[in-house]
Amino acid sequence: MSSTSSTFPAPQPASPHTTDAARERLRERQSRERRFRWYGLFAIFLGMAFVSTLFIDIASKGYTAFAQTYMQLEVTLDADVLEVGPSPGRDALARANYDGVVKRAARALFPEITGRREQRQVTDLVSPGAGFLLREMVMNDPSLVGRTITVWVPADDDVDMVVKGHIDRNLPESERRVKDGQLTLIDRLRERGIIEQRFNTTLFTAGDSREPELAGIWGAVVGSFYTLTVTLALSFPIGIAAAVYLEEYAPKNRWTDLIEVNINNLAAVPSIVFGLLGLAVFINFFGLPRSAPLVGGLVLTLMTLPTIIIASRAALKSVPPSIREAALGMGASRMQMVLHHVLPLAMPGMLTGTIIGMAQALGETAPLLMIGMVAFIVDIPGGPLDAATALPVQIYLWADSPERAFVERTSAAIMVLLAFLIAMNALAVILRRRFERRW
Amino acid sequence: MHSETAEATSETRTPGLQVKAAGADAPRRTPDERGFAGTVGDVEVDNPRIRTRDVNVWYGDKHAIKDVSLDVGANEVISMIGPSGCGKSTYLRCLNRMNETIDGCRVTGTILLDGDDVYDKRLDVVQLRARVGMVFQKPNPFPKSIYDNVAYGPRIHGLVRTRAETDEVVERSLERAGLWGEVRDRLDEPGTGLSGGQQQRLCIARAIAVDPEVILMDEPCSALDPIATARIEELIDDLRAKYTIAIVTHSMQQAARVSQRTAYFHLGDLVEVGNTNQIFTNPRHKLTEDYITGRFG
Repeated sequence: MSSTSSTFPAPQPASPHTTDAARERLRERQSRERRFRWYGLFAIFLGMAFVSTLFIDIASKGYTAFAQTYMQLEVTLDADVLEVGPSPGRDALARANYDGVVKRAARALFPEITGRREQRQVTDLVSPGAGFLLREMVMNDPSLVGRTITVWVPADDDVDMVVKGHIDRNLPESERRVKDGQLTLIDRLRERGIIEQRFNTTLFTAGDSREPELAGIWGAVVGSFYTLTVTLALSFPIGIAAAVYLEEYAPKNRWTDLIEVNINNLAAVPSIVFGLLGLAVFINFFGLPRSAPLVGGLVLTLMTLPTIIIASRAALKSVPPSIREAALGMGASRMQMVLHHVLPLAMPGMLTGTIIGMAQALGETAPLLMIGMVAFIVDIPGGPLDAATALPVQIYLWADSPERAFVERTSAAIMVLLAFLIAMNALAVILRRRFERRW
Repeated sequence: MHSETAEATSETRTPGLQVKAAGADAPRRTPDERGFAGTVGDVEVDNPRIRTRDVNVWYGDKHAIKDVSLDVGANEVISMIGPSGCGKSTYLRCLNRMNETIDGCRVTGTILLDGDDVYDKRLDVVQLRARVGMVFQKPNPFPKSIYDNVAYGPRIHGLVRTRAETDEVVERSLERAGLWGEVRDRLDEPGTGLSGGQQQRLCIARAIAVDPEVILMDEPCSALDPIATARIEELIDDLRAKYTIAIVTHSMQQAARVSQRTAYFHLGDLVEVGNTNQIFTNPRHKLTEDYITGRFG
């Protein structure tokens, strides 16, 4: 060690990099470096905190919506109460008074209650949907008429809220939606074990409803599906054709510059403006039906196109020019070059851009409001020309509803929407991972 | 761009070929500050495959090559040398109209391939590039299998119909490119998985699979190690029996090893052309001499 060090002359004190001032400068530089890294970490931490707060908040508010309170009723399907004859036809059965038998069955739960007001409190515990449920059962099996059956029917949303603990019993009665009398009734039903929470299948199978316990997102999901199908069918081929032309064919001149600037501008146009455009052009000028997923899809196509074009052009740009030269040098025509070599290589990037554009379109609300997809629609749409609503619009509608039970359903619908969005973005990531960079 | 080219050249194009009294020793004009006064040496050969006269190329405002006249003889290897930016690659790319893919590029003059005007509007560039193949500086196999790389050209030009025919063309081309033995068992593997030298030989196999008349090579060995380079050079020598080869190279040793004729370019001018031996042992122009003796470049 000493022998080797003796062969080196001691460092010259004159070197500007070994003085104390230099060491000080180095320390300062290193601490600046550290601080810079900390800023980035802090930003990421902040972002993660916001996202997790959002997710936790939505999940904690919304998870209760996946359960719904049901109550057991002994229903006597008396032909007299149903107001049907001795051997009723299907029409008569369809129009029968099921609410009457439900009310009777409810009153039978508390035979000791006789006052009209008090009896009203009892019958209000059952959802108005109970009658529909019975109707469906009887229509499927007319022999039920005249028999007494035990059924579980959805409880009213107020009961649901009490059971889930969303209604504060300590509030004065006047500020509470559920009166003291009903609270006692609910407690007595719970003691008897004929009220319980079950998985809320209605939420996933029904359309919208004024009654929270009967409302579901299926109508909105189907509406969103039709809308996105139209959007995808239009924006994917148009976007890719535009990107291929601009990237592979168009000469670079003032016109193409102008087009490029305008595509970028289009991406920045507020979505509600596209809604107005859709209203003016597709509905008023072309006379397409209002509230239809077809029009929604057309409007969202306008919105998604710039995203897809920009992403596709970036994907085309990332294909090395040497591949194009190789193809052209072999005597491939431009179309052969694009179809055989460039497009297959750019496709993962294009698909990623398309999926991200679709995810954007799925979450878009404002333009759909303008074209009437905000209507209250109970039926599940049967095609792209039926009146429909979309998932984000459904969230908007429910968030606007006064019933306490819609709060948790709003959050539940948001969770479903987020699940779709996360699934789509995950698909984009997987596509990118699997197919990108093969040269 | 293309139509502009055709218009601009239509006046200079006449039926038959006017050969200027180029070459010889008579300078065509007064020497410029470099001492350049027209090409020195014989631009003409007896059995030309490609004949170019007064070719000018502009990239926008930049005059990339100026009045270049040169013949490429059948079954010869001609190398083009010169310092960077001298226009040798540009000249090469005129021969199969690859310059057209560059925006703002304009070509005037006459380029004949076996008497056919290369820049004639009626001549399909697809057919031209099948007749004049090209190998690029960086090996650029398609990201497909080795087999598909070679089969691509014959397929798009409709030269093969059945799988058996394709198999035969692929084997023959790889054989000629000296690659068959190395890849015969893994034709389905991606061409991009080969080593650099193998990739370049694959590109050569791909080029000769369509049976071109001329092969243009743009610095084919600049990305390769000396051993791979030697293999490619051997290959070029073998290919000469069947094809005409024009090669651009930065290595004067390579030019000396593989070519029969050499053309020296300087700042867009074709300064001197002649037998490779004569160029490297007894250059007639001062600029050529300065370059090959290493005074610049």
